[in-house]
Amino acid sequence: MSTGFSRRDFLLSGAGASLYAFAPSIFGAPKARKARVVVLGAGFGGATAAKYIKRWAPEIEVTVIERNASFISCPQSNLILSGARTLEQLTTRYDTLGKAYGIHFIRDEAVAVDHDRKVVRLKRGKAVPYDRLILSPGIDLDYSALPGIADESKRQHVLHAWKAGPQTVALRKQLEGIPDGGVYALTIPKAPYRCPPGPYERVSLVASYFREAKPKSKIIVLDANPDIVSKKGLFTAAWNELYPGIVDYRPNNALQDVDPATLTAKTDFDTVKADVLNVVPPNKAGAIAFQAGVINADERWSKVDFVSYESTSVPGIHVIGDATVSSPAPKSGHVANQQGKIAAAAVVSLLRGEQPYASPVFSNTCYSWVSNTEAVHVAAVYRYDATKQALAVAEGTGVSEKRTTAEAEFARAWASNVWSDALL
Amino acid sequence: MKTNKRLRTALPLAIALMAEGALAQETLTPGSLVAASCAACHNTQGRSVEGTPVIAGIAREQFINSFKEFQSGARKATVMHRHAKGYNDQEIELLADYFSAQKR
Repeated sequence: MSTGFSRRDFLLSGAGASLYAFAPSIFGAPKARKARVVVLGAGFGGATAAKYIKRWAPEIEVTVIERNASFISCPQSNLILSGARTLEQLTTRYDTLGKAYGIHFIRDEAVAVDHDRKVVRLKRGKAVPYDRLILSPGIDLDYSALPGIADESKRQHVLHAWKAGPQTVALRKQLEGIPDGGVYALTIPKAPYRCPPGPYERVSLVASYFREAKPKSKIIVLDANPDIVSKKGLFTAAWNELYPGIVDYRPNNALQDVDPATLTAKTDFDTVKADVLNVVPPNKAGAIAFQAGVINADERWSKVDFVSYESTSVPGIHVIGDATVSSPAPKSGHVANQQGKIAAAAVVSLLRGEQPYASPVFSNTCYSWVSNTEAVHVAAVYRYDATKQALAVAEGTGVSEKRTTAEAEFARAWASNVWSDALL
Repeated sequence: MKTNKRLRTALPLAIALMAEGALAQETLTPGSLVAASCAACHNTQGRSVEGTPVIAGIAREQFINSFKEFQSGARKATVMHRHAKGYNDQEIELLADYFSAQKR
């Protein structure tokens, strides 16, 4: 039985924390309480952060607020569109992680962060106190500049499928219903958005389905960006060689509005009527990041210190994953997984009254499938540059020379390993 | 005897479970943090579940030699030659120390 308090408990950071640490126990003797970390969102970033805090500091109480019972992986979800994967194969329940590491999962939605009192307010349950908060809110989809579909009720047939889940399955159904000779149109928002190569992988895999099932069908890509954002040569080679005549790629074609009744997309230059219209609208950090007051870049992202991932606006709140400005590192599940570990380490150190590791370095590999059997990659190592206070790309970054079946095997293996690292 | 038989099977299982529990925790060091990056493709502690090599328990020298060969291009790879170039000698030592100390 512990009667006194350890150095770790003693060194809980902040004045509020010390008050708690010396609160009298029922026996009247000073008794330390455990440090408390709350993680909002259990995607690649949040789930990883929670697990690694418990690996490195079992004495810290970790609570995860997550609205879903299971994790669904965005990486590999475009394979649902080509019929090579099911949603079940991309789904992992959170129970295992919670039990294995003693992480307390609360299935609820965070509606407010009170950083003065250091509590998170929930939609249903009672408020949860924290000493340090890790925000891993992912993205929200921003329809505000698209009046025709700004209202959710107008979007029943105009899917994004940019968060893997029911929409991904629904989009596959829409594609199955398309007539041979029909048109699938995909609109891509201006970068930065979640998963830079994702839209082009989607185009490739829908083309693969069309080639096999509906060879007269066409794909029209309306890209707000001036060019293919990622792995350009590899995607264009796949489109030209594997799917000739199917992909009509139109750069500099930012979506202006949508008529949901006729499935028509309007850009500055084009009006495209589709049989299936798939709109990926501009992305922004998840809503709770706005509420928490950590949005301080382009009115949609959060700037962080790359040693600790602490917000540059609000002390005590660490932000990881797609919601951050981590350029040149992409908004990828792999990067969120890496940032989850660096933030976890920093939070553990800070709660122990120690300095976080000063020169974090991490790798990223983004695999993209160009058919059901072939994949390509972009890989890089990022390290913190203290002089510039920014992430720098280390030597060695690059993309595959060509698409291969070997890389498809590695893409599959990558998913199994990163899911295990984050969730098991 | 029945009881002994049961003990003989239960005891190693109990020890194995304790070992598994202990494996779930580790000390936070620069090495364990830098090595955590590798886990995205090689799983936690380098205990790969599919496709990539299990690097948990790799001999220290073998790890360093492989890494240097990836850096120089002497050893061919699809992605490791890129990642290897991003790490400095001190970090390679940290990684080698970490992975050679892990149970397979």
